[in-house]
Amino acid sequence: MDEIMREQILAIIEKNSRIDIKELAVILGVEEIDVANELKALEEESVICGYHTMIDWEKTSIEKVTALIEVRITPQRGQGYDNIAERIYRYPEVNSVYLISGGYDLMVTLEGKSLKAISSFVSDKLSTLDGVLSTATHFILKKYKDHGTIMHKIEDTREKVSP
Amino acid sequence: MRNPLADKIVDIKPSGIRKFFDIVSEMKDAISLGVGEPDFDTPWRIRDEGIYSLEKGKTFYTSNAGLKELRTEITKYIKRTQGVSYDPLKEVLVTVGGSEAIDLALRAMINPGEEVLIPQPSYVSYEPCAILADAKPVIIELKEENEFRLTAQELRDAITDKTKVLILPFPNNPTGAIMEKADLEAIAEVILEKDIFVISDEIYSELSYKEKHVSIVSLPGMQERTVLINGFSKAYAMTGWRLGYACAPALIMEQMTKIHQFAIMCAPTTSQYAAVEALRNGDDDVAAMRESYNQRRRFLMHAFKEMGLKCFEPYGAFYVFPCIKEFGMTSDEFAERLLKEEKVAVVPGTAFGDCGEGFLRISYAYSLENLKIAMEKIAAFIGRLREEQK
Repeated sequence: MDEIMREQILAIIEKNSRIDIKELAVILGVEEIDVANELKALEEESVICGYHTMIDWEKTSIEKVTALIEVRITPQRGQGYDNIAERIYRYPEVNSVYLISGGYDLMVTLEGKSLKAISSFVSDKLSTLDGVLSTATHFILKKYKDHGTIMHKIEDTREKVSP
Repeated sequence: MRNPLADKIVDIKPSGIRKFFDIVSEMKDAISLGVGEPDFDTPWRIRDEGIYSLEKGKTFYTSNAGLKELRTEITKYIKRTQGVSYDPLKEVLVTVGGSEAIDLALRAMINPGEEVLIPQPSYVSYEPCAILADAKPVIIELKEENEFRLTAQELRDAITDKTKVLILPFPNNPTGAIMEKADLEAIAEVILEKDIFVISDEIYSELSYKEKHVSIVSLPGMQERTVLINGFSKAYAMTGWRLGYACAPALIMEQMTKIHQFAIMCAPTTSQYAAVEALRNGDDDVAAMRESYNQRRRFLMHAFKEMGLKCFEPYGAFYVFPCIKEFGMTSDEFAERLLKEEKVAVVPGTAFGDCGEGFLRISYAYSLENLKIAMEKIAAFIGRLREEQK
């Protein structure tokens, strides 16, 4: 039962982190205190790592460029890929770092103010790291969907009253 | 000029929903809780199969009864959910929505003047379809104290020697009521004793929140006297695809198929290909939507409790059916005032039969955000009504 509640809580707050404990308890048909305890446990176990907001920066006047960078690296003895990954993810402009199977090793997404900012990060910081063999930078032109969310509003086109 | 019209048709009352629809559609910014269809889009995997079938040029008629692979999937689905076997070649018909199946079943089974029992409140088309089939509709008024379930006694009291068919509309639109196994067993006894037939409209079967839906065809002796009706609209959010089906003994199905063959030819081909995918791979999508509806259902029941609005707990479909008798208004008056004063549209219970008087149908096929705003408005409205009553 607790496993199911845990799964349901995660499914809901993954989509809506602003929902409050009381409402969570109501829609799941459980006690508030149980939801509160479960959330606390999830945070302590770092299952929940943060509560973020989906922002479509394109619709603001703030300039942002996102790039996706394929990085090929030489794994280090005893460390594997972790050490290099850490040296990359420590940079605040790095958004995500994934270890990938297939044609390259790390997939890095990077947010910068401009193309120039990103290319200088890649050439100065990333490609000069010990163990980095090569990089390939792809600039993201448009986000259609991110974190399971389609980036435009979907209208309710149903008839307003129907049997 | 002579009167071109048939009296039988002219005499049928227009749907009570229609009248309300006209008022609501004129109001631009109204929040509607009046919709009888899912708010979800058809799951993409299903839409994609429909599109793919078009790309491959599958744009011809199917056989009258429907694609064989779809009928086979339907029988597999009923086997795995109800443990009941049907012959996909002789006992299954794919129809244009569950609505067509209701019409066909009545026309195939009724001789003029025979009685059809219609429990109400219920879906708006049973009574007109019965009249079109030259039946005499006999209304059974379901009661709130029974959670709007049909009891054996109510059934027994309504049966005469002219009774031919009982329409069994559960999970129910508009009340959200369900019939659990024990309820079905009680009425099955009467049905067998009185030798009548059943048209079981189970279009909301997948939206059942207490336990898995039990079909009356799974009870001993019932399959041979039941037309089981279901479809894709509610479970798979496929209302616009217009696709339903009926399963019945070959004796009945043969005649239903005959009407369908002459009146319709076949259900839309694209929809049928999409539906195959729905039945093969749609279970997870259905489960996710069901969970979502259930959360909203709990939210509404909680909101009613907080505002002190009386409502039995419904365990099916996506409707709640609160009682507004305390305010001394008709359902129509209440709904119209709520719309004018708070711009929230709900459907008066009377749209689903006279015994819906004193109740409202509130649909929860809306996002929680929408429902939250609407409940705040309804709470404000009934707060004002209570002040007025003082």
